[in-house]
Amino acid sequence: MTAAATPASSPANAGERPGVRLARSRRNAELSLLLLAMVLVAAYGAMVEANVLETVTPDFWIPAATLTAVFLGLHVVIRFLAPFADPALLPAVALLNGLGVGFLRRFDLARATPAERAELATFAGTGGRQLAWTLISVLLAAALLVVVRDHRSISRYAYTLGLGGIVLVMLPAVLPASMSEVNGAKIWVRVGNFGIQPGEFAKLALLAFFAYYLVRKREVLSLASRRFLGIDFPRGRDLGPVLVVWLISLLVLVFEKDLGTSLLYFGMFVVTLYIATERVSWLLIGLVLFFGGVYVAYVLGEAVGGPFANFYLRAQIWMDPFADPYNDGYQLVQGLLALGTGGLFGAGPGGGQPGKLPLVENDFIFAGLGEELGLFGLSALLVIYLLIVERGLRAALAVRDSFGKLLAGGLAFTLGLQVFVIVGGISKLIPLTGQTTPFLSAGGSSLMANWLLIAILLRVSDGARRPVVGGGTAARPSGGPPEQLHGAPTEVIKP
Amino acid sequence: MPELVVTVARFGFLILLWIFVFTVVGVIRRDLFAGARSGRLVAAPRAVGASLGQPAKQARVKRGRAAHQLVVTAGQLAGTRITLGEAQITIGRAEDSTLVITDDYASARHARLVPREGQWFVEDLGSTNGTYLDRAKVTGPTPVPLGVPIRIGRTSLELRP
Repeated sequence: MTAAATPASSPANAGERPGVRLARSRRNAELSLLLLAMVLVAAYGAMVEANVLETVTPDFWIPAATLTAVFLGLHVVIRFLAPFADPALLPAVALLNGLGVGFLRRFDLARATPAERAELATFAGTGGRQLAWTLISVLLAAALLVVVRDHRSISRYAYTLGLGGIVLVMLPAVLPASMSEVNGAKIWVRVGNFGIQPGEFAKLALLAFFAYYLVRKREVLSLASRRFLGIDFPRGRDLGPVLVVWLISLLVLVFEKDLGTSLLYFGMFVVTLYIATERVSWLLIGLVLFFGGVYVAYVLGEAVGGPFANFYLRAQIWMDPFADPYNDGYQLVQGLLALGTGGLFGAGPGGGQPGKLPLVENDFIFAGLGEELGLFGLSALLVIYLLIVERGLRAALAVRDSFGKLLAGGLAFTLGLQVFVIVGGISKLIPLTGQTTPFLSAGGSSLMANWLLIAILLRVSDGARRPVVGGGTAARPSGGPPEQLHGAPTEVIKP
Repeated sequence: MPELVVTVARFGFLILLWIFVFTVVGVIRRDLFAGARSGRLVAAPRAVGASLGQPAKQARVKRGRAAHQLVVTAGQLAGTRITLGEAQITIGRAEDSTLVITDDYASARHARLVPREGQWFVEDLGSTNGTYLDRAKVTGPTPVPLGVPIRIGRTSLELRP
């Protein structure tokens, strides 16, 4: 009996050890990665000045130092409020954001006259505004981490968020064009000089609602089905919500003239459905519906025009941008030429001519960066996006509750899809749409919404990686009841 | 600025960019395997014994004795015990499993333990990464001797008297 008792007691004693090892919060790794990222941003700033001004001014480091201070602040907040959050997320996002600010500042320098250059203040110009927006966005992200201590509490407001999301999506469509239209896309709410793109925030709110809805309906959606051609198709009545979202995204496409956002909403919903049910049929149905809808819009645009004309024109440009390189195809042609000029290694930061690119501070920032960093640098940026998305999906895999899984998986996928839509657009893989490049493009709405997205991912990954204390029961930040092991009496031995 | 400095800086920046990427990948990689290493550390004494075939022999000796406890010996839940009764025990990531394990390599409904005439049988429920009894993959209901590890992802379970 003693022989049996001794090995039985050793795992109980040793049970503490994995907890201790897993409890490494990796905050120091995050800090050093963050500092490396900021060194890169400062180096970028110095090289821009060396190329554009032919000398490095003594205060080239001020924007980089400001960014470092801001991100270090967020790092401290994470250290205290989400100590087990993913260490790779913040540095990766900080690098992209910093390079965005650096590029916009470089664009300001290129446009300014020599007299203006001398006194280009830290917060002046597009780059300075972006710096200020970064400050506000990081504050918002920190506020979200302070307010939301457990991602599951978001699900309590799911219906409110869903309603709010739909209102935000619809708002630009119903407002008069003078208040909502910029460059042919009705995606703004403008009051005077100040404008926001509500769609950027709607994406987060809608996703929280989707996740909540699907957690409640997943059994019905995945179990009740008919088998046809070897694939399980859901029942007709269960298709209701997906058809409604499909209609909304088509309405967005038609009335807001925004193919990218509509693709984003639809892809987001279909993928959360797929994550919830593990049914490939949803992906097939989604793809067929989307391509069907796009094809119909294209045919209608050719035959009828009206609200579909914009989409038809964009598809035409996509198929042959060089047919009209000075008018319709101008943007895309300039973007392609910039990418081509960049070649493998690029012209070096500050060595390109972003002034020749239309909308370089927004949609075409990736083309502008491509001209200066080349394929080598652009692929590094794309890999960084990929890593952010991967960390999000990893958090979704590791988190224990279904709502968190759907939320993190959906958010990470949405971020990836948005990068695909815009980078695919400027490189002529898909028709160009007016999407922002997350964290790089100038614009407060996009930056704020994406930082909020990262804050939610940080919160979920904190919940996912928080070590399980004392065997079976997780350390619940909310202090809720310990998890039940149903059907069997359990004895949890606290080490 | 001399041309040379600018050129060196240009390529240096691109290289630094990739160094950043690989450092992030390194951090993620260490992160991924940290859990696996800790699992091995804790399980080492038992796993070594298991590979030598000792527990199997022990189990044959102890065949007459009934199992009363299910003990998690490795993985995040290490140290958890479940007292065995008449009911079957389901193992998986689903919240309604008897033993909810948080393991990236476990399926929602991974495996179950079923008692039949005093002997416990382990059965894989079509999991993605499989269930292993000691080193052998479980394909059908398999009798579980005492002290032989059932491996699910990074988690190890054993029956104890």
